[in-house]
Amino acid sequence: MSDVSRREMVKRIAGLGTWLALSRPASALAQSDAVLAGRPLVRYPEKTDLILLTSRPPQLETPMKYFARAITPNEAFFVRYHVFPIPLEVDLATWRLRITGRVERPLELTLDDLRTKFPRVAVTAVNQCSGNSRGRFTPRVLGGQWGDGAMGNAEWAGARLRDILTAAGVRQGAVQATFDGLDKPSFPSVPDFVKSLDVTRIMDDPDVLVAYEMNGKPLPMLNGYPARLVVPGWYATYWVKHLSDIEMIDHVFEKFWMKPAYRIPDNACGCVAPGTAPARTVPINRMTVRSFIGSPEGGSRVPTGRPVTMKGIAFDGGHGIQEVQVSVDGGTTWQAANLGADLGRYSFREWTFSWTPARPGRARVVVRAFNAIGESQGRQPLWNPAGYLRNVIEHVDLVVG
Amino acid sequence: MRRAFAPGLVAFALAVSAGAAADRTIVLPADDRYATLALGPGVEVTRQQCSSCHSTDYIVMQPRGDARQWDGVVTKMIKVYGAPVNDQDAKTIVEYLAKQYGN
Repeated sequence: MSDVSRREMVKRIAGLGTWLALSRPASALAQSDAVLAGRPLVRYPEKTDLILLTSRPPQLETPMKYFARAITPNEAFFVRYHVFPIPLEVDLATWRLRITGRVERPLELTLDDLRTKFPRVAVTAVNQCSGNSRGRFTPRVLGGQWGDGAMGNAEWAGARLRDILTAAGVRQGAVQATFDGLDKPSFPSVPDFVKSLDVTRIMDDPDVLVAYEMNGKPLPMLNGYPARLVVPGWYATYWVKHLSDIEMIDHVFEKFWMKPAYRIPDNACGCVAPGTAPARTVPINRMTVRSFIGSPEGGSRVPTGRPVTMKGIAFDGGHGIQEVQVSVDGGTTWQAANLGADLGRYSFREWTFSWTPARPGRARVVVRAFNAIGESQGRQPLWNPAGYLRNVIEHVDLVVG
Repeated sequence: MRRAFAPGLVAFALAVSAGAAADRTIVLPADDRYATLALGPGVEVTRQQCSSCHSTDYIVMQPRGDARQWDGVVTKMIKVYGAPVNDQDAKTIVEYLAKQYGN
């Protein structure tokens, strides 16, 4: 191809907005996973190599190897947006957090105000996409086909939301607060991403934060710089990024991203018979119990007759993990894993388990966790049409010998 | 491989021009080639209409489905998300998706 025609082709491609970037295939191990097969590893600003879900808006998932440790590094933390364009720059001279609506004193806070006018509070908490592991649903459901990497755990620090609302003075009759960020859709017809929480939910919970630090550093842009909502125990859909506007309202907010989006069946399991629709729904809320094996990764080879240390994490919606059990015979017999440091009831709990494979061949190692109120994971996955609340017993398949 | 340099230059230019005003600026990579749509009748209309709002990996990652599934998806994009797609193009897109991403 001549230079002229190549330039012309590049121009045409650029005109369609479909520039093709260079990327590397995901690791051989990831390729053995049907959900991740074909998806490349990509490197985005302030991020290390993550598994691409979508380019516009950017959605990136964390490789499983990071879930051998309790804290997920900022650069490896997953990315999820709803609409495009997304904020690509923030000027702190003009950025404000506005608190309006049914309050005595509307506020416009700078980042410096957040840092200096309110006590700095830190909480270690899991941030997990509602649809994490949606790609594993059977029958399959439409939506982002995540593997298991749309989750992460960090120490979040910032101002208590209830301290901010108290400073603004919540007026009688305020029922909910709505949360809006800097991300705005390109067409006015596309619903802006706005979420809501009950005022009682906020005022009763000292761990709901407006966080400006993640693992001791400013938030990466793709995780919500300069500040995001942190709602420990609840799915990430509430953790509004690039937070800019909080409005106190006198009713239950039911715009698109609260209804019909992000709803679960209104019953104890949040589930329905596969392939059916729920009669009634409620907004998704607290996370279910999950546990994962981060190392060795699925598809790895381990030696016969020598101990291998299995490592992973477990978490739930805020009761705290009490026990993690591992089975090396496909779930017939279970043994307790060793739990790592307790970083709080909202955090990943690290665990380790030493196993000496006796015979060469394929081996399935299975993990389940129990929280402080006895909730666990099921042998069979539950199903709902949006692909939320995944909490089945997890496993890796290894090759011994 | 030469194409890869251009986004880098654009990134550099944007970072320099925006550096004075913003405390934090990032530049996103271009759409990845894993999103490339299968060739077939209607692919151009599908690519143009769908990628004006989102990258086409949103399409290629979905479970395969018949015309009913894809008609539901395209209708949702128009009715719920307000995608400005006319009836003729919507029909073309559904036919394309059902053929290339059908079951």
